[in-house]
Amino acid sequence: MSDSTDNNFTSSPFIPSSSSVGKMMRSVIYALIPGILLYIYFFGWGVLVNVCLAVVAALFFEWLMLVMCQRPVRVFLFDGSAIITAMLLALALPTIAPWWIPVVGSFFAIVVAKHLYGGLGYNVFNPAMAAYAVLLISFPLEMTLWSLPLDKLPQNISFVDALNFSFFRELPSNLNIDAITSASLLDHIRTEVGLGHSLADVQSSPVFGHVAAAEYEWINIAFLAGGLWLIYRKIITWHIPLAMLLSLFTISLICHLIDDNQFSSPLIHLFGGASIIGAFFIATDPITASTTALGRLIYGCGIGLLTFAIRTWGGYPDGVAFAVLLIGLTVPLLDHYTAPKVYGARKGYDKD
Amino acid sequence: MRKLWRFTGGIKLNGFKALSNNAINYDLPIPEKLILPVRQHIGDVTKPLVYVGDHVFKGQLLASSTSFISAPVHASSSGTIVDIGKYPIPHQSGISESCIVIETDGLDEWDPTISANIHPEKLTVEQLHALIKSAGIVGLGGAVFPSAAKLKPTRPIKTLIINGVECEPYITCDDVLMQSRSDEIIRGVMLLKKMLSPDECTIAIEDNKPNAKRALENALKKMYSAGVDETTNINVIAIPTIFPAGSEKQLIKVLTGKEVPQQGLPYEVGVVCLNVGTTAAVYDAVYQGQPLISRVVTVTGPEISQPQNYQVLLGTPVNHLLEASGGTKTDNYKLIMGGPMMGMRLPDSQVPIVKASNCILVESLAQKQNEKVMPCIRCGACTTVCPMKLLPQQLYWHAKSKNFEKLDHYNLSDCIECGCCALVCPSKIPLVHYFRYAKSEKSENEIKEKLADQSRIRSLARVERLEKIKREVEERKAKRKADRQKKKSIESKKEKVKGEAPTKNTESGERKEVEPKKVAIG
Repeated sequence: MSDSTDNNFTSSPFIPSSSSVGKMMRSVIYALIPGILLYIYFFGWGVLVNVCLAVVAALFFEWLMLVMCQRPVRVFLFDGSAIITAMLLALALPTIAPWWIPVVGSFFAIVVAKHLYGGLGYNVFNPAMAAYAVLLISFPLEMTLWSLPLDKLPQNISFVDALNFSFFRELPSNLNIDAITSASLLDHIRTEVGLGHSLADVQSSPVFGHVAAAEYEWINIAFLAGGLWLIYRKIITWHIPLAMLLSLFTISLICHLIDDNQFSSPLIHLFGGASIIGAFFIATDPITASTTALGRLIYGCGIGLLTFAIRTWGGYPDGVAFAVLLIGLTVPLLDHYTAPKVYGARKGYDKD
Repeated sequence: MRKLWRFTGGIKLNGFKALSNNAINYDLPIPEKLILPVRQHIGDVTKPLVYVGDHVFKGQLLASSTSFISAPVHASSSGTIVDIGKYPIPHQSGISESCIVIETDGLDEWDPTISANIHPEKLTVEQLHALIKSAGIVGLGGAVFPSAAKLKPTRPIKTLIINGVECEPYITCDDVLMQSRSDEIIRGVMLLKKMLSPDECTIAIEDNKPNAKRALENALKKMYSAGVDETTNINVIAIPTIFPAGSEKQLIKVLTGKEVPQQGLPYEVGVVCLNVGTTAAVYDAVYQGQPLISRVVTVTGPEISQPQNYQVLLGTPVNHLLEASGGTKTDNYKLIMGGPMMGMRLPDSQVPIVKASNCILVESLAQKQNEKVMPCIRCGACTTVCPMKLLPQQLYWHAKSKNFEKLDHYNLSDCIECGCCALVCPSKIPLVHYFRYAKSEKSENEIKEKLADQSRIRSLARVERLEKIKREVEERKAKRKADRQKKKSIESKKEKVKGEAPTKNTESGERKEVEPKKVAIG
């Protein structure tokens, strides 16, 4: 008996299960949609162009790999996993990235990080984050050029303009590239603090909202809502998001209280970057996360702390991707040492 | 209100109990043939005591064993033995086993030696024990462990648990039994109490069976008002409906908060647990003198015309029950013995009802057919629902690669095969199937290893024995040689003494030195 065969034999249970991989993945996709819509609303059509390019490319590469590996195409192509990978990758990209960025990213995510490791269920690294890391290291220029929010642009950018820019790097004649780009929020803080400006000065700049950057706040609240819905639907458990956000909040609060000129406030850490989407959608990827309750708490905690460390002392603006990839390496160990005691385990009885 | 605990994991399931939880039908006609497997219990197989052609009475002993963990088999109706041989039995792998086949005569004549006990309350504990053992009573909840073996615990018992939980969907045989035979069950409980003298006795019922609970409470009240004092520390308790709360280990956790130690038995935590059906059988054996020859069976499911409960003679072919229930709605059906979570699919409708058969579930064959098995995505849903706190996805991994050492490490043997993990698996992996397979493979391996060990020991012993013989032969040879040489030298000495060759002395100097010693010893 191998995977992907007819499940028609004589073993119990005989009740058909109501959950399926496809249903789970679709729920995750639905949970991402409000955040994506707000993202488009605030940052323009470039977001949608990225998402579409990444999804189409991911499905193409998925199909290609399934055919080459002689696996059942229909079952796996539409299980939704490739679409989620592509969406998460696209959301991590700058909104004005050239077309080949999402395509190359999807290639790396699907072909290298997923299928070369054995396909669905066997990948060691989160494919979206592995692809993001590769893109960031390989194409630092394209990957750090962030667009300003729409309302801070001198003029509106249409869908056609966004497509034009993505494919041909052509802007409407009266715009130049410097007018529409900036660093991302966390990047901005890093650079300014690095230049010796106090955090208070940096935060008085107009890109900031109530707690973080105004637009990021709303987008993150939408992702938070989607994430909570996933917990409510029991698609994910609360362990990883809570552990990750709580540890990130705690460590940033402590540092912020020690020196509020050096360390930005915990709210910026939570709502200013990829923390929310990372906690609910990326770190919770079941394939690469720990599977025991305690293991998940430790795993989430590790990601939170490492994210803070990379943001504060590391060389990259946001640390979620690297934190997820690095802590992911500890998963087999975590699973091994956090296995729950079985029912009726005898005291002092250890098999190791 | 008594404190209840919660066991880890488990699932809330749709019960479908209303389909069949009406009265017991006692009017099932006697089938033409009864097929009685000689092993209907966990433990040692019994030996047939009858021959083909024998006439047997209802309740007559057909097969027995001298083993402590075994249960005799009795004729469920009168008739003639027409065959003793292999027939398909209800079994996970659909195997055939030795069965005694009775062609019934329709008279249903009881064995004349069987009669009701006039003073059952005067029986001693030993007498009760002997009665239960000889009646062939086994756990009727499905585990079919010989009850007599359970009733001789080596430690004092705090809690006697009577299991009326019936957590599997569809099954209602215990529910209707509790409703229709509540007095007998309570009397049975009092017999068990007498045998075990526990501090307290709890009858546990899932809270989706209020009628059964009320019936037992009324029976208790009635008995109390009739002046039977022993009913005072018997409690009927409703527990939350969570599958598998009726599994012995989980039920003990819910009621006592204690966990039965790994590879241990309930009496180690001061508990004995028996099913309500078993309790009723104990009543029948002690009060009526009747062995276990029938049981309540639920015939239910979406594809049977008239779902209901029957009092069924053991050995009745399943087919007979289907006919009595108005047949199946479709030809495209499958038969499951037991519940939908832990039951087994029957190879055909000719297999007999045995002591373990609590339910015949008739389901459409189309169900579950088009489910594709996907790879494990490590979502951990199986871990969350496992009532034994195992890691099913790890077990699956190692079962697939047949890594028995790892399977041991992850406690495969503790799996109760409740099916929760497989039910929630989004990848539709038939986890229980893998675990059952790995378990049987493992025990086969262990048997093989044992045999290999034995033969290794034997062959080592043989080699040693042969060497010993060789050594002994050589020693003997050497001794003989030495003796011969001794003789020779003595002779030669004698010759020397005769004064022939004193010049040879220098050559045989060595011998000369040795010989005086030997002579001295000799």
